[in-house]
Amino acid sequence: MSSKSSVEAAPAVMAAEDNDEELSSLEDENVISASEDEEGSEDERKHTKLLEAISSLGGRRRMKQTERSEASLQVSEFSVAADGAGEKVELSDLLGTMEKTPGAPNKTKKQLKNLQNRKDTLELPLSKQETEKIQRGVAYKKSSREVSRWESVITQNQKAEQLVFPLRQDPTGHKRMEQVVAGWKARTPLEQEIFSLLHSNSQPIHDPVLTPVEEASIKAMSLEEAKIRRAELQKARALQSYYEAKARRESKIKSKLYHRVQKKAKRRDFLKQFEEMVKTDPDAALEELKRMELSRMQERMTLKHQNSGKWAKAKAIMAKYDHSARKAMQEQLEINKDLTQKLAVPSEDEDEEKNGDEEAGALPDFVNDPEPILDPVNPWMRGKLSKEEPEPEVEASTEARDEDLEVQQQQEEEEEEENEEEKLLREFERKRKLREDEDDDLVPVPQEEENQTLPVAGAEQASSIEVSAEDGSKITDNNDEDKDDKVDEDDKDEEEEEEEEEEAEEVVSEFNSLFNRLMKSNTTPAVPDQNEGEELLDEGLVRVQTMEDLEALRKDRTNEANQEASVPATDTPTAPESASEPPNKKKRRRKEIDLKKVLTKQATVVKVPLAPTVLEEEEEEEAEVHTEQAAIIKEAFAGDDVISDFLKDKRKQEEAGRPKVVDLTLPGWGEWGGLGLKPSKNKRRKFRKKVAPPPPRQDKKLPAVIISEKRDASVAAHQVSQLPFPFQNPTQFESCVRTPIGQTWNTQTTVRKLTAPRVVTKMGAIIEPMSREDLVPKQKSNEAKRGAAILLEEKRERGKKKGSGGKRALQQKKKKMQKQKKTKE
Amino acid sequence: APKRYWEETQNATKKVEAEKSSDESKQENTDKEKKTDPFPGDAPIPEERMKKFQRGNKLEVPAGTRLKLRETLTRSEAGSDLAQNQSARYDLLLTEDALEGEEDEDTCTISQEDIAEAVDITSGSKHLLLGGRRGHVTCIEWQTKNLMCEINVMETVQDIWLHSEAMFAVAQKKWLHIYDSSGVELHCIKKFNDVLRMQFLPYHFLLATASATGFLQYLDVSVGKEVAAIPTRCGRLDVMAQNPYNAVIHLGHPNGTVTLWSPNQKEPLVKMLCHRGGVRSLTVDKTGYMVTSGLDRKLKVYDIRAFKPLHSFFLPAGASCLSLSQRGLLSAATGDIVQMYRDACGGAPVTKPYMAHRVRGTVWGVGFCPFEDVLGVGHAEGFTSMIVPSGEPNFDALDMNPYRSTKQRQEWEVKALLEKVQPELISLDPGMLGKVDNATFEQKHKERVEAVGYDPLAHKKFKPRMRKRGRSSAGSVEKRKNKVAHEELK
Repeated sequence: MSSKSSVEAAPAVMAAEDNDEELSSLEDENVISASEDEEGSEDERKHTKLLEAISSLGGRRRMKQTERSEASLQVSEFSVAADGAGEKVELSDLLGTMEKTPGAPNKTKKQLKNLQNRKDTLELPLSKQETEKIQRGVAYKKSSREVSRWESVITQNQKAEQLVFPLRQDPTGHKRMEQVVAGWKARTPLEQEIFSLLHSNSQPIHDPVLTPVEEASIKAMSLEEAKIRRAELQKARALQSYYEAKARRESKIKSKLYHRVQKKAKRRDFLKQFEEMVKTDPDAALEELKRMELSRMQERMTLKHQNSGKWAKAKAIMAKYDHSARKAMQEQLEINKDLTQKLAVPSEDEDEEKNGDEEAGALPDFVNDPEPILDPVNPWMRGKLSKEEPEPEVEASTEARDEDLEVQQQQEEEEEEENEEEKLLREFERKRKLREDEDDDLVPVPQEEENQTLPVAGAEQASSIEVSAEDGSKITDNNDEDKDDKVDEDDKDEEEEEEEEEEAEEVVSEFNSLFNRLMKSNTTPAVPDQNEGEELLDEGLVRVQTMEDLEALRKDRTNEANQEASVPATDTPTAPESASEPPNKKKRRRKEIDLKKVLTKQATVVKVPLAPTVLEEEEEEEAEVHTEQAAIIKEAFAGDDVISDFLKDKRKQEEAGRPKVVDLTLPGWGEWGGLGLKPSKNKRRKFRKKVAPPPPRQDKKLPAVIISEKRDASVAAHQVSQLPFPFQNPTQFESCVRTPIGQTWNTQTTVRKLTAPRVVTKMGAIIEPMSREDLVPKQKSNEAKRGAAILLEEKRERGKKKGSGGKRALQQKKKKMQKQKKTKE
Repeated sequence: APKRYWEETQNATKKVEAEKSSDESKQENTDKEKKTDPFPGDAPIPEERMKKFQRGNKLEVPAGTRLKLRETLTRSEAGSDLAQNQSARYDLLLTEDALEGEEDEDTCTISQEDIAEAVDITSGSKHLLLGGRRGHVTCIEWQTKNLMCEINVMETVQDIWLHSEAMFAVAQKKWLHIYDSSGVELHCIKKFNDVLRMQFLPYHFLLATASATGFLQYLDVSVGKEVAAIPTRCGRLDVMAQNPYNAVIHLGHPNGTVTLWSPNQKEPLVKMLCHRGGVRSLTVDKTGYMVTSGLDRKLKVYDIRAFKPLHSFFLPAGASCLSLSQRGLLSAATGDIVQMYRDACGGAPVTKPYMAHRVRGTVWGVGFCPFEDVLGVGHAEGFTSMIVPSGEPNFDALDMNPYRSTKQRQEWEVKALLEKVQPELISLDPGMLGKVDNATFEQKHKERVEAVGYDPLAHKKFKPRMRKRGRSSAGSVEKRKNKVAHEELK
């Protein structure tokens, strides 16, 4: 029992120590008596003396007892007289004086009073077994903590590919100067003096790489460099803050349409990227494709968009009455269709149609609601060059809202081509001023001039702006209509919400469709561009005056677009090829499966893919050989059909491989038996044992091949039939064994590395057990010190906690014991 | 290198000097500091070469495997990677050289005389063994024309080298005889009678013989024991070839089938119908191509790994003898003409021969000389050697050294004997040894499961944790399951 044992065990320890002392004193006495006994073996006197001594030994206690009983009268110097032995000392007797003494503090008085009132008895000290048990527990904890420190080292060594013993090896070869110096200590006074001098100059002593001064100087930078660096940092910070502000602003926008448009822009970006990727990095593009394929697979797996969910069921009920619900359901189904569509490159015509459909699908939104057309002002003018768009909430009227949407849309485009757009904006501003003048003054402006000034890329936008600007002048006329439309608008809003919900899912499907379009666009280069250019030029010349005109114009445009799309489809030569390829593949597959067809085909059709050009001289001879051989063949195979023989053979083999039904029926059991009586059908069915069909034959798809299905048992004797320890399935083991490690297949270095022994020992070196120093990895001295300090603190804290915890545990245990005792009693 | 304080003085003086010198030097210094390796890391290895040395597929360690297993697997994967990388990195091969015709010149019209004039032949010694129909057996060094032995066995002869030039086997009219290089008869093996064709499997030390009685027999040359005798029940066996990839013997039969045999099975491993007429000749490549020619005058190329036909050529006269070189050049003899086809196996169908040569009589046998650009042709009038760019220029001296000395040969013999592959290991897949015997494994595993009461190798099925606040809804549970679905499948 060490004196170090923790605090909670202290009382117990004390008790144990007392016991020990008593024991030892007794033993001492015995020893003395024994020695005396030997000395006075002859001497009578001595013997009697001894007896006396013994008697006195025994009698002393008795004497004492008697003394005690008698000593009631006399007052002993050393022991408290047992005055009034029968009486118990009451606490109140002792405390009575306390109240009388004026000097005692009130607090102690109170405490004493409380003590007086307490009825419960003091706890008994724990039994020896109990205390030992607790001590053992504590000791175990402590030692396990000590041992667990080694765990990491042990696991590391277990993991290590190679262990080199002895663990601590000094590096061979020449030591660096500093290393030699580091181990050296100043002993003589002279050396010490020099050392102190060096210390005072803060010169490095142990590892003299750099002096502190040098380090400091290295750390410091030149002023110019610092300035440049600061400027850089400032710029970066500013940029970051701009970016953050922008992101925050954008994330706060609540408009759904804005986000939808944003999404579309993103998709467009993605498409662009994908296009580039196809050119530059086909691998990544393939990966992207694979992702799409994955989304398709997932869609096929799940019940999503199948209109089988809760929402869909609710909608289905509504669908009878509600048009929008019906539409929503249909859209769901469409999404499913889109997603599950195969990604194979479709032929041009299909695509064109789809494209047209999409445009047609996109159209109604615009056509049905007149709002965007009713824009009072050109939205381009609202957004300034690098300023936020006005908040949509501020303006209440529907027109204004739509304007905003328009603005947002424009802004996206703006993001796409920032530099160009800024130029364009300026130009638009100029033109708008002109047009306003024109509206006011009804002064016609030559449009050709406009077209000339406009860059081709912006032409379309410009025309649309034109249109909207003119519509702006007619707002007043259309305002009444607008109010009527409001009701419809609300409905439309709801629809929009739904759409947006779906859009998240739609993204993938639209990726697919976009991808298809992209593929098409790749195959049809340059031709539509020209058309577009012409169309744009035409657009510039048309001025729309009324709503009808405007609608007509839109329709025209879509028609044109459709036409454009359909034109290149006829031109591309790749389409028919791609269309013709798949059937070929199918045929091939069928070939593999259909045994007889192929064989007969091979037998009947003699293809001549090659007629080797042989030297001319041979031809005469060749002809002779030809006829000769033909005759030989005819002769040789007059009667036998090689193919049918082979097929028969194959069929036989297949039959043999098939498991046979085992008939276990016994006639006469359970029914009448005898001549002419056969066991009933029912019984036969009951006792026929069918065996599970074997796995498909290896040559199932090879019509002209018979592969033996017999297991080669001779190799099995050399194969592994039980997995060694860490492996959980055969593939893991096989993959581990697959690479040969021999010299025949590998370079020398590889062989050496692959066959390196697990443990390497140095010849003649003593392998000592690991010491505590090996446990702690080497650290820099400062860090180590700091680390040690931290460790110490932690330890202290832990000790405190543990100590208190231990105490608590002790108390609890004691209580438990008492309870048990009580219950026993 | 870090600066030392005692070096400071020197540096300081240098600094002063540097400052004194022009600013350009400063710039240079900064440049030097900024200079980075333009080709960081190891030199890239071309993917094709990497593929060449790839052995099996990489195993991805699924998440949730035990630590010990994970470590073993990752370590072995790393080892495989290293082996593959190193092998590919050090695979520095000589470049290919082939016969190239001038513009508008057919390579097949270039005559052997022209080629022989243009080529300078200097190479190590090689031995040539010839057997004549009338019992004439000759052994010469074909380049120096040194005669090693010449005997007449007075019988019809079919001959073959055994594992080195010290010994050769001759199949005579009745028995199989073994002679040493000086023509002394060592053995007469009477168990092997009426042998028509022989093949020697060098890594197994097996001599496979096909007899007129329809027996395929294997003789272990190292111990002189018959390993297997298989009655093929296919009649006279006069077409035979070995697959150097897996040591399986291919036999061609008069009913147009080709059968594949190992000494461990009494029935053919594979039987494939190749021709409508009988099979005349047969040859197999190391890379997995089989070329057959039949009485139906067709030349067919098969992928023997998948047992699928690749090409089918129609030769006007049919091919009587076939031979594939180490680099995949095919030689076919039709009558007295020897034709060479390049890329007949792998690439697009060939329309004309690469080279052609007419010998003086009907061709009886063709054979490429390993590691040489020479084709030997045995015909009715004697023996002709042709120059054909066909040999593998990169020999593995540890495996087969054409320039080895006597001492090296002796050492190689010992090594080869030590590394002899047992005949039990011959099967279609030579990698069988590295695989787990599934039938026994499953049987044992079943027994173990019964004994223990549970499956110790069973993969724990993923059970999504119960989560609160509606996150354990059926949908989200399904989603979580989906996340690990691919691992469950493994």
